[in-house]
Amino acid sequence: MATTSTAGGDTAPATGSERLRRTSLLQRILARPASGALIIAVFVWIVFGLLGGATFLTLRGTLSYLDVAAQVGIVATAVALLMIAGEFDLSIGSLVGFAGIVIGILVTEAGLPIWAAILVSMILTTLLGVVNGIIVVRTGLPSFIVTLATLFLIRGLTQVMTAFITRITFISIDPALISADPIAGFFNWSLVVGSGGERGELKVSIFWWFLIAALGAWLLGRTRFGNWISGVGGSPQAARNLGVPVARVKISLFALTAFSASILATIQTMTFFSADVLRGRFIELDAITTAVIGGTLLTGGYGSVVGAAIGALALGMARIGIVFANINADWYYVAIGTLLLVAVVLNNWIRRRFAGLR
Amino acid sequence: MTASHAAPESRPPAGSAPLLEARSVSKYFGAVVAVEDVSLAVRAGQINCLLGDNGAGKSTLIKILSGVHQPDAGTLAVDGQPVRFTAPRDALDAGIATVYQDLSVMPLMSISRNFFLGNEPTTGFGPFRHFDAGRAAAVAREQMRNIGIDVRDTDQLVGTLSGGERQTLAIARAEYFGARVLILDEPTSALGVKEAAIVLRHAISARNRGLGVIFITHNVQHALPIGDTFTILTRGRSGGTYARGELDAAELHRLMGGGAELEELEADLEMLAHREARGEEVPAVPLGAEADGGMA
Ligand SMILES: Nc1ncnc2c1ncn2[C@@H]1O[C@H](COP(=O)(O)OP(=O)(O)OP(=O)(O)O)[C@@H](O)[C@H]1O
Ligand SMILES: [Mg+2]
Repeated sequence: MATTSTAGGDTAPATGSERLRRTSLLQRILARPASGALIIAVFVWIVFGLLGGATFLTLRGTLSYLDVAAQVGIVATAVALLMIAGEFDLSIGSLVGFAGIVIGILVTEAGLPIWAAILVSMILTTLLGVVNGIIVVRTGLPSFIVTLATLFLIRGLTQVMTAFITRITFISIDPALISADPIAGFFNWSLVVGSGGERGELKVSIFWWFLIAALGAWLLGRTRFGNWISGVGGSPQAARNLGVPVARVKISLFALTAFSASILATIQTMTFFSADVLRGRFIELDAITTAVIGGTLLTGGYGSVVGAAIGALALGMARIGIVFANINADWYYVAIGTLLLVAVVLNNWIRRRFAGLR
Repeated sequence: MTASHAAPESRPPAGSAPLLEARSVSKYFGAVVAVEDVSLAVRAGQINCLLGDNGAGKSTLIKILSGVHQPDAGTLAVDGQPVRFTAPRDALDAGIATVYQDLSVMPLMSISRNFFLGNEPTTGFGPFRHFDAGRAAAVAREQMRNIGIDVRDTDQLVGTLSGGERQTLAIARAEYFGARVLILDEPTSALGVKEAAIVLRHAISARNRGLGVIFITHNVQHALPIGDTFTILTRGRSGGTYARGELDAAELHRLMGGGAELEELEADLEMLAHREARGEEVPAVPLGAEADGGMA
């Protein structure tokens, strides 16, 4: 998480460097929190490159696992930041379902233009994130429990509301409305690239994923707020003692995870021309998995946004790789469970060995 | 040796109000009386030593002064004006910086990020405003060096520092940000003789720069030479405030509640030395010698 630029023009006094063992470039790379995820991703790529045959390594294969990775990756950044601040959000999956349904209802029942429905949905979803944050901060209860409750509440209320208004839990949106909308294209644009059997679809979700990860990495590594995130996760009491607005940091991050859930929901709704109350199920577990593969500590205070993005990549490669390798899809969860376990052990070893932490 | 409860008005710039005061503050944790009806004032150019045995309420009192706890009764005043600190940020903004007993450092953050946590320097404009890592590293390195620690690498995680190095970081940080009042809660407990001496000298130089200093210690040898006033706490209540010269080491020990134990310990040790000299069997653990560990 530390920057490398600070090492420039190092004028360490002789007495200091006497006690400093020479470290190789490799060792310094390994000392970064995302290094374990990188090793895992390369390993997964090689394994499915061998198993998945030619298809996995083609442009088409690459673009399809990037799209799957992007779905998780879009929420993984905010989830990693929240975990670094020492909190969890299990309700994001329900928020994805909620945000999509709000767009669907506003367009089909209230007759709002698509762009307005998207805007209202994003605002409402983000507000639910704020509510999550306020409950956690005010009660002092573990966010794991609070957001487990809101996971059920939001999913359940979305179902109740949808059933009440439309009588079904699935809402189709007229594709003509979507293609005529000025901003829907930001969420469902795609481009066919390559030629012949090499043709693949470059989807806009991939750009969202990269953009959000880049902004998140900047936020964590290069801004005051990023320093506060690490501090709040390290010790809320100590951070407060030093003047960090702990409650504000936490509530902002809950809002951010909810907001990223609404971006994912919008992408799905605009791509599939529909909303479904069940969308986004288990994405919270995928996102936590990618954050942990990416070197973020479950206990908070330490982690990496870049690592979470690489973790999402590993997850996407595993999911698509299994399909291309003609392995029964049931093995996917076996693969993910193994990956997670290996990643945790690896990250732990790397932290002790190279970052010097016990 | 009479307890002069009024702070000695004569030595600091006369007539000026104390920089920071607690007026008859009380703090209760459930049924526990942590602090009750205690007053403390620190003036510009003065070191106030706060003394008392374990659990006497020293840390609770300075946490009230630092905005961590809100008093259940009594008030705070800055420059004679009543104030309310709702969070440590308020105290920091009033120029009051504190080294907490638990140090308040983040093991998983780098030295320079710890140093500036809550007070990050930034550069750039508008949306590109960002943490000035280069400046943070340079200042942290320089401040740590001033106080006797040569940092090898300011990107090093604080969790990999020694206990004394962490304490030094917390002290250097408070010294850098404390514009008017410096509160040090047992700042020398983990330090070697040389490093402790440097910290004491820094407390003196802060006083000479016109800051007010509150210094908590169990070590009478550290308190006596630097203190201008001495406030004693016993079981949450004030045991009086004494001016420099009113007390010697033995009296201070007695007031801190450890006098009797120390005398007993000395007597025990003397007896053992006698026995050993006569070639007698010496028990491995002398009776009643459970010495107070305060002498760092
Ligand atoms: N947050 C808290 N909740 C409950 N009780 C507390 C809390 N903080 C302090 N106490 C109690 O208040 C009393 C005073 O504690 P305090 O930490 O102020 O003592 P101290 O004088 O600093 O002791 P030491 O020399 O050991 O640091 C103790 O009995 C302690 O158990
Ligand atoms: Mg204490």
